[in-house]
Amino acid sequence: MSATPSSPAATARAATAAAPRNVTRSARPTAWLGAVGVAAVVVLAFMPSLVSQADTSVLLNFFILLTMASMWNLLAGYAGMVSIGQQAFVGLGAYGVLVLADSGVNPVAAIPVAAVLCAALSVPISLLVFRLRGGYFAIATWVVADAASLVVSSIGSIGGGTGKPVPGMSSLSPKSFEEVTYWAALAVVVCAVGITYALLRSRLGLVLAAVRDNEVGARSAGVRVVTARRIVYLVAALGCGAAGALLAVSQLNVQPASVFNVQWSAEMIFVTMIGGIGTIEGPILGTVVFFLLQQNLAHDGAWYLIIFGALAVAIAIWAPRGLWGTATGKLRVQLFPVGFYVGRTRRRDRRTEAPPPTPASPAA
Amino acid sequence: MSWLNAVIQGVLTGGFYALFACGLSLLFGVMGIINLAHGDIAVIAGYVAVLLIPATHLPVVWSFVVVVPIFAIGGYILQRTLLQASLDRDPFTTLLVTFGLSVVAENALLEAFSSNGQSLNIGSLIAYSFNPSTAISLSYFSLTVLGVAVVVLGSLQLFLSRTGTGRLIRAVADDKEAAQLVGVNYRHIFGIAAAIAFATVALAGIASGMYTEFAPTSGPANLLFAFESVVIGGIGSLWGTLVGGIVLGIAQQIGAQINPAYQVLAGHIVFLAVLAVRPRGLFGMRTSQ
Repeated sequence: MSATPSSPAATARAATAAAPRNVTRSARPTAWLGAVGVAAVVVLAFMPSLVSQADTSVLLNFFILLTMASMWNLLAGYAGMVSIGQQAFVGLGAYGVLVLADSGVNPVAAIPVAAVLCAALSVPISLLVFRLRGGYFAIATWVVADAASLVVSSIGSIGGGTGKPVPGMSSLSPKSFEEVTYWAALAVVVCAVGITYALLRSRLGLVLAAVRDNEVGARSAGVRVVTARRIVYLVAALGCGAAGALLAVSQLNVQPASVFNVQWSAEMIFVTMIGGIGTIEGPILGTVVFFLLQQNLAHDGAWYLIIFGALAVAIAIWAPRGLWGTATGKLRVQLFPVGFYVGRTRRRDRRTEAPPPTPASPAA
Repeated sequence: MSWLNAVIQGVLTGGFYALFACGLSLLFGVMGIINLAHGDIAVIAGYVAVLLIPATHLPVVWSFVVVVPIFAIGGYILQRTLLQASLDRDPFTTLLVTFGLSVVAENALLEAFSSNGQSLNIGSLIAYSFNPSTAISLSYFSLTVLGVAVVVLGSLQLFLSRTGTGRLIRAVADDKEAAQLVGVNYRHIFGIAAAIAFATVALAGIASGMYTEFAPTSGPANLLFAFESVVIGGIGSLWGTLVGGIVLGIAQQIGAQINPAYQVLAGHIVFLAVLAVRPRGLFGMRTSQ
């Protein structure tokens, strides 16, 4: 291998510089989608005064699950880490709010603080669980969640095994309590989806795509794989912590058996798999399907989890791109374009274009 | 004296955990996958025994004679159908599929049998014990289970190293494409490995169902303890799994001696400590994968 300046990569760069390819984020213009997104958030913000209290509460839980699912999707769909222990951060976020509220902090103001505390805790946890990979990583995160639950349950001052109500919200009228918790949840879910989108369009998104396509190749090209994974793990802890904090504020009560339940992981996993793992749109669609199913089967106890789990298994095997990926696969529709799309230059442009430069010969 | 008894009880508990763990370890070694429904299979075995005992008129203690073959066949069939289909995608899918099956199984059992605990009542057999002193009691049943665990691990070791099928399993574990090139049907070999794994975990489920209670929600705890035994002992080492199970059992019993609420937590802490200090486990040869 001679180290001539005109390596294939350099040639490609030169060619790109001379005749710019039509590299965009999407096959179609997407500016209008941003406007639709902003409009959707504005409409959602007015929902508490438009729909009944029961529907507001459903929407609130929708936001909480969507936040969790987006975080799990970031972990597994983009960074390849299957965690079954995200309920650790859901629980710790909930208890963060409880402890802060007990010491006089406004519970709503405590939500971001609790989320940041979860993110901080995720760093030492990642040092342990990152020693295992694949399936063993999955169970190790589960062990950490179980251990966190047992530690929290053994502390009497925060309610021990039976839990404790969250103080500090009694001054609000029922209507304004409902609105405040709803808006907090809306803010969290917008942040969760927004941060995921921004992260994936940043350099980190490129790194994750490189690792997903060929980890060894990415590593040998100097990509810091572990650092990228750790950032994703931290963000997922932040998001799940915020979701747990929302649970504590909206239910006004924190029980270890409920907030540390592995069912949270089950729901976020199923939602992501059914909607479409590895797309930002997937968890949104999956959460919609989940709530439609749950609303129709709610009176049937465990049945919705049985049906939903079976559906997730079937989709994982026979339609691994999920509902969103399967439905939009050929159309190249993306609400959140995070990849790159290399389009052909249009015929009209090509005619006026300068002839492509001859590739520099290796001898030059 | 009560501390010595805690250690002895821990060693005896380790037999149960090793029995739970060897199937998990085998499947990972052969296919590189983790069956997250592993713990739930043990619970299902317990319920199958509950249902079959009145029908077969067998003494409860012999129920495994019927249940274990059923699970071996079931394991083979599940592997050749659903698990192989997911494995054909990638190990990532298998992980998600087994987790989905675990949640479905747990909730289906909840619907069918309620959340109440069940046990397999073998009458006075459970009560016999060897008492070298008043503070120390070695239950004959637990001793038998520890012996069964040793026999199962030993036979598995012999089976893998000495028999033709065992050689095929090792060949497929090393390189399934190469094994296929020389005429091995690796899917069939995977099925055999799954049959062994399901049989051993069914045996573990029945043994622990006779010794303590089980409920639809016991699956995850079984899985976590089996997994901790494997990692503490060292991934890829069958005898390490036995030692890992015993270490986990001792840690839990000593934790319980300090405060009954700390039993499970003490096991988790020892597991995390091993992960921090010696991630390849006590007897692990290679780096953990």
